[in-house]
Amino acid sequence: MRRYVLRRLALTIPAVLGVMTVVFLTLHLIPGDPVESMLGEMAQAADKAALRRQLGLDAPLHVQYLRYLGRLAQGDLGRSLSTREPVLAAIARTLPATILLTVVSLAVAILLAVPLGILAAARHNTLYDHGSMLLALLGISMPNFWLGPLLIIFFAIELRLLPVSGFGGAAHVVLPALTLGSALAAILTRMTRASVLDVLGSDYLRTARAKGLRELLVLFKHALANALIPLVTVLGLQFGALLSGAIITETIFAWPGIGRLVIQAIQGRDFPLVQGCVLVIALGYVLVNLVVDVLYVWIDPRLRLAAEEESEP
Amino acid sequence: MRLRLPRLGLKLWVGGGLTLALLATALLAPWLAPHSPTAQHLFEGLERPGRAHLLGQDRLGRDILSRILHGTRISVYVGVVTVLLAAGIGTLLGALAGYFRGSLDELLMRLVDIFLAFPGILLAIALMGVLGPSLGNVILALVVMGWVGYARLVRGQVLAARQLDYVTAAQALGARPRRVIARHLLPNVLSPVIVEATFGMAGAILAEAGLSFLGLGVQPPTPSWGSMLNEGRHYLLVAPHLTLFPGFAIMLTILGFNFLGDGLHDLLNPRQRR
Repeated sequence: MRRYVLRRLALTIPAVLGVMTVVFLTLHLIPGDPVESMLGEMAQAADKAALRRQLGLDAPLHVQYLRYLGRLAQGDLGRSLSTREPVLAAIARTLPATILLTVVSLAVAILLAVPLGILAAARHNTLYDHGSMLLALLGISMPNFWLGPLLIIFFAIELRLLPVSGFGGAAHVVLPALTLGSALAAILTRMTRASVLDVLGSDYLRTARAKGLRELLVLFKHALANALIPLVTVLGLQFGALLSGAIITETIFAWPGIGRLVIQAIQGRDFPLVQGCVLVIALGYVLVNLVVDVLYVWIDPRLRLAAEEESEP
Repeated sequence: MRLRLPRLGLKLWVGGGLTLALLATALLAPWLAPHSPTAQHLFEGLERPGRAHLLGQDRLGRDILSRILHGTRISVYVGVVTVLLAAGIGTLLGALAGYFRGSLDELLMRLVDIFLAFPGILLAIALMGVLGPSLGNVILALVVMGWVGYARLVRGQVLAARQLDYVTAAQALGARPRRVIARHLLPNVLSPVIVEATFGMAGAILAEAGLSFLGLGVQPPTPSWGSMLNEGRHYLLVAPHLTLFPGFAIMLTILGFNFLGDGLHDLLNPRQRR
């Protein structure tokens, strides 16, 4: 298992380097003079030269690239142009809010989807089944930048049950988490239903029933154990959608996370901050995928054995 | 004689119907729209739905129904152009990598890994951030983001198909790689690409709306569903109709393409229905 983890870790290195390179290159994609684009056309020549030096744009491209990698290795993401704050500090300030939002959304999605999906499979082709599949279809087709405002209109403005936006107590996280988690919940519901349907007729479930186990236990323990495996893969793949969805959700609800930070940085043409945020989000995604891949092998004994055999010297 | 409809399945009918309605609306928008999408009536700003303006008016008194109908054009344009370019580039690169394998394949797969490391629309957001908001840049960013999926799909299909007898036969007859790929391999791997492209339309339209919602996409006064929602979110309290209707249009569109994609998938792969 350890060998597998190390090998999987080695495989992520090219992706991480690639992400760093793409983020480095984005600054050079700015049409015209990036310094003028950041400071405006009316900026003083001395200011422009100073910023050019600060960003290292006065050196040849390969030197800039090596310096950039060297700074990254030291955890130096540069400074924000507007606040002079180190980019890493700005990200460290906002990242916990984003992690909180994504984790709660993930939990909401799983807690909604798993029971809904299992019951839909158990009552295959009934009204309940069709109803929950219709709900799932709506969840997939509803963009979060529409769902969010609708939830605000209904729960915050009409019913006055929850706060419109902002960051604070537990009540503040409800609407953003529902907004962000609903699409994932919809996808997971469909997946859970499909994979429970797959195992429903299998021998081991018949055995479980024959032993006299209660149906709920058969479904939620025995059927779910096997249905869990494809779910974990989907979770890994969908986590990316959750991260980029967080950018939109945070903007809707004025949630002080890294997603809102990156949009504000773009609006302020604060490119070092944009680069830093994009880099951290992408690297976070790579890391989560690594964890999911390892988890996937770990929860499935068949794969675990295969991985161990394959990594034998 | 009774007219018999071909057995295409409910999904295909609903999806096809919604998609056709969308395309027809895009084509006929100037004739369907009751008012100009950009004419301002400042004294009627945020007016609620009524007889003169069925879906109400926005902050500048523009007719929301007309803006939604015209917005269809932007969505369809972005969807079609993005999917054609992304699928074209991805299919070509994927086919070459799958057919020739070796270092070309290795290089392409590493590149795919890098692009896939950017979750969702993050890469498009970053690109729009540096390139600046415009319709052309939206399409550019979505193509840069989108070609990867097609490349990976086609590479896998070609990799499997190139072992089959019909390919060996064509090669044995002396067909050049270009002919083998274009005449023999691509036609046989195209059906999953078509299904992928249908979902890709939904993805591109959703991404454009998302970027425009963030203020990074299509710029005013061009009517885009995403930017209409962006304007609407500042008036949730006093004018919820600004948010209600454009979002509904997006959802119907996405629903249509998802149904169509599911239906096509069932039609083209009868053995593995979703």
